[in-house]
Amino acid sequence: MRESPPRVRHLCNAIAIVASCIVIHPAAAQSAPDYIAPDVQFMQGMIYHHAQAVAMADWAHTHGASQSVTLFCKKVALTQEGEIKLMQQWLLDRHLAAPDPLGYLHHDTAAMNMPGMSKGAMDMTGHMMPGMLTPDQMALLDASTGATFDRFFLTFMIQHHEGALGMVQALFDAGGGQQADLFAFANNVQADQSAEIRVMQGMLSAYTKE
Amino acid sequence: MQSIRSATRQGLRTVGASALAVAALVATLSAQGRGSRDGRNGVPEARDSMAASLTDPRVGLHSGFDDAGTASKNMKLVGHHAKPDLFDHAGGLTYANSDLAFKGNYVFQGNFSGFQIWDVANPTDPFIKTTYYCPTSQGDPSVWGNLLFISSESTGDRKDCKAGGVQNGADRMVGVRIFDISDIANPRVVANVQNCRGSHTHTLVQDPNDKNNLYVYISGTAGVRDSNELAGCVDRGDSANSARFRIEIIKVPLAHPDQAKVVAGARIFEGLRSNGPAHGNPPGDTLARGGRGGRGGRGGLPGQINLAQLPPTMVTPVIDSVVKARGGTGAPTAADSQATMQVLVTRFAGGGRGRGGGAPRDPNAGPNQCHDITVYPSAGLAGGACAGLGLLLDIRHPTEPVRLDFVGDTNFSFWHSATFSNDARKVVFTDEWGGGTAARCRAIDPLNWGGDAVFTIDNGKLTRHAYFKMPAAQTEQENCVAHNGSLVPIPGRDVMVQGWYQGGLDVFDFTDVNHPREIAYFDRGPIPNHPEKADSQSTGIVIGGFWCGYWYNGHIYASEIARGIDVFDLTPSEFLSQNEIDAAKLVHMDQFNPQDQPKIVWPAAFPVVKSYLDQLDRDNGLPQARREELWREIAGAEHASGAARSAALTKMATQLDQDAKGASDAERVKSMADAARDLAHASSGGSKAAKSGL
Repeated sequence: MRESPPRVRHLCNAIAIVASCIVIHPAAAQSAPDYIAPDVQFMQGMIYHHAQAVAMADWAHTHGASQSVTLFCKKVALTQEGEIKLMQQWLLDRHLAAPDPLGYLHHDTAAMNMPGMSKGAMDMTGHMMPGMLTPDQMALLDASTGATFDRFFLTFMIQHHEGALGMVQALFDAGGGQQADLFAFANNVQADQSAEIRVMQGMLSAYTKE
Repeated sequence: MQSIRSATRQGLRTVGASALAVAALVATLSAQGRGSRDGRNGVPEARDSMAASLTDPRVGLHSGFDDAGTASKNMKLVGHHAKPDLFDHAGGLTYANSDLAFKGNYVFQGNFSGFQIWDVANPTDPFIKTTYYCPTSQGDPSVWGNLLFISSESTGDRKDCKAGGVQNGADRMVGVRIFDISDIANPRVVANVQNCRGSHTHTLVQDPNDKNNLYVYISGTAGVRDSNELAGCVDRGDSANSARFRIEIIKVPLAHPDQAKVVAGARIFEGLRSNGPAHGNPPGDTLARGGRGGRGGRGGLPGQINLAQLPPTMVTPVIDSVVKARGGTGAPTAADSQATMQVLVTRFAGGGRGRGGGAPRDPNAGPNQCHDITVYPSAGLAGGACAGLGLLLDIRHPTEPVRLDFVGDTNFSFWHSATFSNDARKVVFTDEWGGGTAARCRAIDPLNWGGDAVFTIDNGKLTRHAYFKMPAAQTEQENCVAHNGSLVPIPGRDVMVQGWYQGGLDVFDFTDVNHPREIAYFDRGPIPNHPEKADSQSTGIVIGGFWCGYWYNGHIYASEIARGIDVFDLTPSEFLSQNEIDAAKLVHMDQFNPQDQPKIVWPAAFPVVKSYLDQLDRDNGLPQARREELWREIAGAEHASGAARSAALTKMATQLDQDAKGASDAERVKSMADAARDLAHASSGGSKAAKSGL
């Protein structure tokens, strides 16, 4: 665990709640894993999910997206790149396999333990999480430019975000997400992406209200 | 990225050469290939007014836990203490320090694993009085008399305060924990108030007409609990009982706090979902809908699909049907290609009446809960920072808050918190883009994302003005975004201190809503990874930095997530005079919960009068000769005492009333006159002198 070893100089010094200190000192809590299987599946799966979003958002520059969609894409990419790194770190800190579809990690990582993973080749079809674009949808987005790209992007990214919200819900339904960092992250995903869906719906309505 | 593109192009075969010649229009954009957002292709992002500074002294501070490099301007660290041993584990959120509350000489500091009580009778030497272990994410505290309130949101928080998470829902405690702290060294649980969505933060609210009860607004963005675990929690749908779309309110009978319970759910989000474009289109908001300014929204390039790029299995059947529909034969024409594109767009992105219209498909997708609510009871207002929206509420009837206005801003990702100016004519909303655990103050992160936005309030309506963000570029290893702060009580000015996580502390002035400016800062270098992790592939952030910075009784107290507690003093500069600092130090509070914003009242005192004159010197608000005369008059009054002093000040105030008429900063001259008059009254033995002890 990331928290070990504790920077402790005098255990239980200046602790008013002595009983807590003896019975449930954090050191004891640390001996057991602080996660369950659904947590790991969530983090590993969400890395693929985020990687596809980053890939989609990167296309704004090369596919003639409008200024508003380009700016939105920049925010999505910055946000989710950082979150991929956060998820990878969470997994690595627990000596768990960290998928690395976009090649953020240095060489020789635990990522190689991931089935279907080969560095540099993002075969996401093997890791279809809820809301992720099918190969046909990705092909269509990649083949489109200008206003058509905007429209596909917004439609597909709303679908993508809704999938992420479903993943968060499934995590909590499975009793996962209790570890503090994971809880905060999953809630951030839920909050940020809910708000972004609303923004995208606003932008999309400009195309479909004719 | 390249690999995805190749993959999607697999299976590309000839579909119909003549059609493709037309359809394979791939526009070349001037922007194409330029300005990679992170410069990782060796192309630096263009610098502009929305880019963080790379030359600021805060850039490039060396990393360290206790020995990190520091940079500061116009403020100095005067007190520090590391976390108590029980919480002294760097990294992650498990033992992260959170928010602060204040009472007398005590500072209450939340922690994801419990809370701490510091004795700051000597602010330069904070002394740990109590450490209480009780895993509670995120543990934001408030204090009221002998009651301490702690926010509990994580699904792993337990009634019995033990570690290990929750395996049986009956053990879960999600809501607000209430402790009796009458014995400060031995806090005692008096109530665990459970609620449907947990409490990320909470806000104490007093009802001016009901002194027997205290109210607590609960904010939280987590999911809704199962009704089998907590009766009455309804999640989906538009049910009037849904736990979404409302703020839950706890009523605390002060005589029997053990009977505290959720009594109301104010549905302040009513009607927001069907309002269409909830996001406004403020001036300069380049991300606004429709892309005002350049190529935008619908007005962009004509859309095209490069049919040659698509798998034939997608395209061929459509083209065939198009050709067949027109009764044609042979090779597809250009018109066939256009028709094919239209079919694909309709099929995948919806037609005019199809999917993808304005209304949310998920009825719960709209904003339905606040992250944080700051109440300002003396103005009867509250600012709700509610995920995708900022709300202005009328809280004159605390159990029935009414929404006055709401604003959206596409530069904002996550409306996080609000701070009112003392006159309640302005409010600063913050955007916690990235949730606080991400690096969002790098050179590539724009200054209008993840910062503050200053709004004015006129007749209950909000208008956005400038953005402010801690301006110095931070590293990839520093979690940084706008976070919690409070006003610094400088008379005549709107000044706020704010924590930016590992981006440090910032003190800025938003008196001029269009030109907020930084006046002081303190920053440390990043927290390093643990030595034993040196060979790790970890990409890097050890969560830390300032959760918040608050002014309380003369000092700035800051909660450092990993490093403990810090105390700062402001130092005089061209931006802030010694008189203004002295005036701020005169403001005293018995207790302070920053989300329950108190009205600042300055006692009658010379530093207050002098502060106004310093400000008139700074903005040339009166002719120089007159200002020099006023300094001499003040010196004379200060030298005198009793009735002579009172008479001198009264004379000065009367003359200032006249000065105001022709002054370029009339309002400030009037404020100075009022301060002089108050002091004259106090000097003659008036009630304010007795009250302030001056």
